[in-house]
Amino acid sequence: MKFERYGIGIAKGLTVTIRHLLRHPTVNQYPEQRLNISRRFRGNELVWNQNKCTGCGTCAKACPQGAIEIVTATNMAENKYVVEKYQVDTGYCIQCGLCVESCPYEALYFSHTFECARYRRGELVQGKEDMLETPERKVSGYFYPDKANKLPKQTLLVEKVTEKR
Amino acid sequence: MATFDFDIYSLVGFQAVPPDWPGGFWWHWLFFTVVIISFVLAMVMGVIYIERRGMGRMQSRLGPNRTGPFGLLQPVADAVKVLLKEDIVPSAADKLVHWLAPVIAFAPVLVIFAVIPFENGALLADLNIGILYVVAISSVSTVGVFMAGWGSSNKYSLLGAMRNVAAVVSYEIPLVLAIVGVVLIAGSLSLNQIVVAQSIPFILLQPLGFLLFFAAGCAEINRSPFDLMEADSEIVAGFHTEYSGMKFAMFYLVEYAEAVAISAIITTLFLGGWKGPLLPPWLWFVVKVVLVFCAMVWTRTTLPRIRIDQLMAFAWKFLFPMALLNLFITALQVLAGWPTQLIWAMIMVNFAVMAIMVLIWSRFFFRLGWGRIEV
Repeated sequence: MKFERYGIGIAKGLTVTIRHLLRHPTVNQYPEQRLNISRRFRGNELVWNQNKCTGCGTCAKACPQGAIEIVTATNMAENKYVVEKYQVDTGYCIQCGLCVESCPYEALYFSHTFECARYRRGELVQGKEDMLETPERKVSGYFYPDKANKLPKQTLLVEKVTEKR
Repeated sequence: MATFDFDIYSLVGFQAVPPDWPGGFWWHWLFFTVVIISFVLAMVMGVIYIERRGMGRMQSRLGPNRTGPFGLLQPVADAVKVLLKEDIVPSAADKLVHWLAPVIAFAPVLVIFAVIPFENGALLADLNIGILYVVAISSVSTVGVFMAGWGSSNKYSLLGAMRNVAAVVSYEIPLVLAIVGVVLIAGSLSLNQIVVAQSIPFILLQPLGFLLFFAAGCAEINRSPFDLMEADSEIVAGFHTEYSGMKFAMFYLVEYAEAVAISAIITTLFLGGWKGPLLPPWLWFVVKVVLVFCAMVWTRTTLPRIRIDQLMAFAWKFLFPMALLNLFITALQVLAGWPTQLIWAMIMVNFAVMAIMVLIWSRFFFRLGWGRIEV
């Protein structure tokens, strides 16, 4: 004799909801609380290395969107190019990674950050200073297996958060 | 005090206001009108907050928490939003009916509270036919809902309104029969007298009656899992599809005011109303109403919406015979004098009878259209 039809099924459902009521909700409040994401995460912001860049402009040629703008000048004394202007319009960027893959001097990387939303269109354009590597914008292992191997083995979401801002 | 010689007393058996009451009839009327309106509006706001937060937590989320501390101002934000919205009337609508419907739906809900005692004798009108009055009045808001469905000139609105009428007509019967069991034990139709008669809460003497009343009450006011008249996944928003702005707010208010009203009636009939130790009686009443409402939120979160044929089958093939049997057994017990003498025997027998009847009926007698699905 199955008892599911005589209210036992309803009672089971009621205990499930009550248990959810008594435990902590599984959601987190995104802008204020974030989950810690893995260092192995491939983000969508570019990191540019000023010292390694020779100003060859391969990245700009590789970009299918034409989002990278690079202006160089010649430094006669040291016999090399100086990058005067390097800016990426991230509003056009499709995060394809062709620029990173095409760079012959390993001067361009993907960072592991991903929050590039801005309030104004103009803020989407990143200049030289915005693209340097900082503690917040670390390089990800994308296209560089030797860098990827040095990163800790982690799953996508490392731990239940909880950074409050 | 001695001056009210209205005929209405002899008609409805109005019990005179307490002798220490300051002023006369009209002061009593003014005071309780203000109290009832503010009580209903305050309870509705609190209850909306409880439902949204409680439902959120039961579904493992947080619920609204952005407006004010713990999201306490969410009902206020909702009200302001809805007030600022444009009032849209469909060009094909029956303008007068469309305009009148929310008012007609809302008035009876407010009027129900006239006979619900907040403390011993503290009620607007102690009618000696109190519960009959409640049953009669509460059906009137269905007229408002049906007017909304008809006046909108929208298929979905009309469909939702028809479903509501069908549900109310069907569920009124087990609802009333469940009430009659209580009335038999209490020996009075006056809600205040019913509360006074509860030396122990009637939920112990009438467990089956309580379940029947709870289920039928939820169906009567169209709360989930019986919310077929505004089933979002089937008929847009049912009868209030074409409503916006303040008129929609009225329907929203009606929905929750009805929930509070049913909670208050359940409290009065089954849970001992304002009776309770330590706390002041009115606070006990509010606490019990909120508890009953929480149980409604609990069932709403847990149970999925039922189909229209299941709704009808549940009313006519389960609740109705159960209510009849419950009434019969209660009548026998009252004839035997159990409510006053062998009270514990009555409690035990009633709980056993509830379990056995529900089991037997659902095992052998309850079928959904005997294999045919006819909607």
